[in-house]
Amino acid sequence: MSDVTNILVVGIGGQGVMTAAEILAEAAVGLGLDVKKTEVAGMSQRGGVVSSHVRFGTRVLSPGISPGEADILVAFEAAEGMRWCSYLKPGGSAMVNTLRLAPPVVSLGLYDYPADPLEAMRAAGIKVHGFDAGAIAKGLGDLRLVNTVMLGAIADDLPFPAEVLKRCILDRFRARKPHLVELNERAFEAGRQVR
Amino acid sequence: MNVSIPAAGTRLFLSGNDAVARAVWDAGCRVAAAYPGTPSTEILEQLRRYPDIYTEWSVNEKVSLEVAFGATLTGNRGFCAMKHVGMNVASDALMTITLTGCVGGLVIAIADDVGFSSSQNEQDSRYWGRFAHLPVLEPADAQEAYDMARAAFDISERFETPVILRLTTRICHVKGIVVPRERETHQGAGFEKNAARWVMVPAHARQRLPLQLAREAALREFAGESPFNVVLDGADRRIGFVSSGPAAMHVREAFPDAPLLKLGLSCPAPMERIREFAATVERVLVVEETEPLLETEIKAAGIAAHGKDVLPRMGELTPPLLRAAAARLLGEAVPPAPPAPLQVFPRPPTMCVACPHLGVYFTLAQVRNLTISGDIGCYTLGAGHPWNALDTCISMGASISMAVGMDKGRGAGDANKRIVAVIGDSTFMHMGMQGLLDAVYNRANITVLLLDNRTVGMTGGQDNPGSGRDIHGASAPRVDFAKLCEALGVRPERIRVVDPYELPTLFRAVREEVKAEEPSVIITNRPCVLIPEYQRGVPLCVDEEKCNGCGNCLDVGCPAISVTRRGKEVKPSGREVELAWTRIESVVCTGCNLCLRTCSAKAIVPWTRTEEAMP
Repeated sequence: MSDVTNILVVGIGGQGVMTAAEILAEAAVGLGLDVKKTEVAGMSQRGGVVSSHVRFGTRVLSPGISPGEADILVAFEAAEGMRWCSYLKPGGSAMVNTLRLAPPVVSLGLYDYPADPLEAMRAAGIKVHGFDAGAIAKGLGDLRLVNTVMLGAIADDLPFPAEVLKRCILDRFRARKPHLVELNERAFEAGRQVR
Repeated sequence: MNVSIPAAGTRLFLSGNDAVARAVWDAGCRVAAAYPGTPSTEILEQLRRYPDIYTEWSVNEKVSLEVAFGATLTGNRGFCAMKHVGMNVASDALMTITLTGCVGGLVIAIADDVGFSSSQNEQDSRYWGRFAHLPVLEPADAQEAYDMARAAFDISERFETPVILRLTTRICHVKGIVVPRERETHQGAGFEKNAARWVMVPAHARQRLPLQLAREAALREFAGESPFNVVLDGADRRIGFVSSGPAAMHVREAFPDAPLLKLGLSCPAPMERIREFAATVERVLVVEETEPLLETEIKAAGIAAHGKDVLPRMGELTPPLLRAAAARLLGEAVPPAPPAPLQVFPRPPTMCVACPHLGVYFTLAQVRNLTISGDIGCYTLGAGHPWNALDTCISMGASISMAVGMDKGRGAGDANKRIVAVIGDSTFMHMGMQGLLDAVYNRANITVLLLDNRTVGMTGGQDNPGSGRDIHGASAPRVDFAKLCEALGVRPERIRVVDPYELPTLFRAVREEVKAEEPSVIITNRPCVLIPEYQRGVPLCVDEEKCNGCGNCLDVGCPAISVTRRGKEVKPSGREVELAWTRIESVVCTGCNLCLRTCSAKAIVPWTRTEEAMP
């Protein structure tokens, strides 16, 4: 099963985690690979944690990624990167949006938000790349571009050319919101630059 | 509403639920019914988009099974889908349908929530196959879900038996490659009267029993030859695995070189195949989610096997769990556990911003001496912070019937307690109405809060008889809850319809109705914020100059409100009080004004959108 690539995309309900995972999976499907994608998002609409597992290769068996087996972790929020980083295999890497979203239990004082999630991950021996995807998206004029920025940021870590993923994203927009194609292309390329 | 349907032979990327929907349509099924329930909901949500098939949201799972079964008596094909606990409700019908059998194919998809993603318990629905003497198919991925759903109709017609398609979350919600085949069509000949078969009085039913047993024997032989039961061979014969469903995928992933007998038609268990397989390996390990069902049957057949002696009895299995179990079995060093996760605060599910239930729980939290019997839906979250205003949650509709029992069975400490039941519109129609009738008939002193938000919220907003729309979104007759409660015998004076955002009115209504010495009903009448009927107002914000840190707005529990800083103040009485200054995430605020009504300093004001306030 050594040729299977495991990508774990995590964040919070409403951030676009599932869409990002869907695009990654679509890109792999388009290459003729075997692909499985699963998520635990039972109550994500209500502020919960979302994790989406994407696995692709010649033949994929188990639907989910087990702890210690992910090649790439894509975290749309800093504390979520920390929560899921134990899923990375030795040598795997985490791409983390430095956005901090505190849930009500934190703002109400029941729990603390970790002071420096990225540092905590590094201390645990994780290879982390953190960056403010929201700032890049806002710089391009639309916060909703975060999703495309994040995908751009991992595009050169995939076992297939970044262009494949880019084409997949742009095709989606071409079909639904053609006026956003160019902007998303810029967001994708901006994401690629952060590495 | 109809989707464009990809042609047979196309390589599709579908979830197990989508694959089942496509298979049911491709099988030429005529009638499909379901009550929404995680993880099965999307089957009917997809199926309704196909042409030339009747689909419905039924009011509960028993109804859905009976609707599907009724259709098969005409010779047409029928289908129903439900979550595991749904079959508990439908089982009354199931246990007799198995005696009559069906004419057209009848397939029942039961989706087990292994690992509790959104359920009150964990059940292994394969037992229904044993209890009701029905064949059980267990797909291991989306393609198998498609293949087996189609085969299920053929098996059903060949043996005139309902067939259970057992799914789990890791089938329903896993996308994989699926290639659908050509669609077939079926035209039933029509219903033929046959009282000896369809009227299950004792004299008739008695005669069906031997037929049922003969059918089971024939199915056992059929399962022994089924291509769904296959040996995937391997050179490492120290352990031979017997497995089914997603667990079989985990086995193959963890032990690619070990022999695996993968059971797709797992009931009746093909025991001779298992015996032959066992003879080719040093020891057998049965890997199943979740109960030791096959393991028990295999051992009873005199075949030595391991299973739950080394494997967990609950929850989802994973390759690492299996590797550790196999190592224990072989007396080898257990592989090191993966690194422990770093500790991070939880993100418990919250109610939505401006949810109409917020007003209800804010109110219930303020009224003293209540025992609050809860039910199943978004509003179960009322048990959590900051309301702590829900004391029980067991099963669909239990809020009302349990409230009757709590009233009638008062203990020493309950003398001055008022008993309240909280139930949503859909749950009320599913199984709550009977409890209210019982309460009226038996003169229970309870107050029912019927939270009518016009949708099945928890599963993503499906329509129901209270929404005024059918499964296709077309206009449908809408139940009048006040009239319904009156018809069940609640006196009209004791039925109130209240706007849950009008806190003083709601508070008064609750206070007065819990004091009434008879059954009463308070219906809240504002729609779920996630459906089109919801009307947004002007968003709010906190005027920092005016906020006095009283923190009352936090008691609403709206996730748009957060604390900016904390402090303490010593009152003239010498009492120290905690202060919390707050802000409102105005971009997500919908202006329901609930928090505004709790603000002592009039610091919550309409928000004027500024560029800076954008997140």
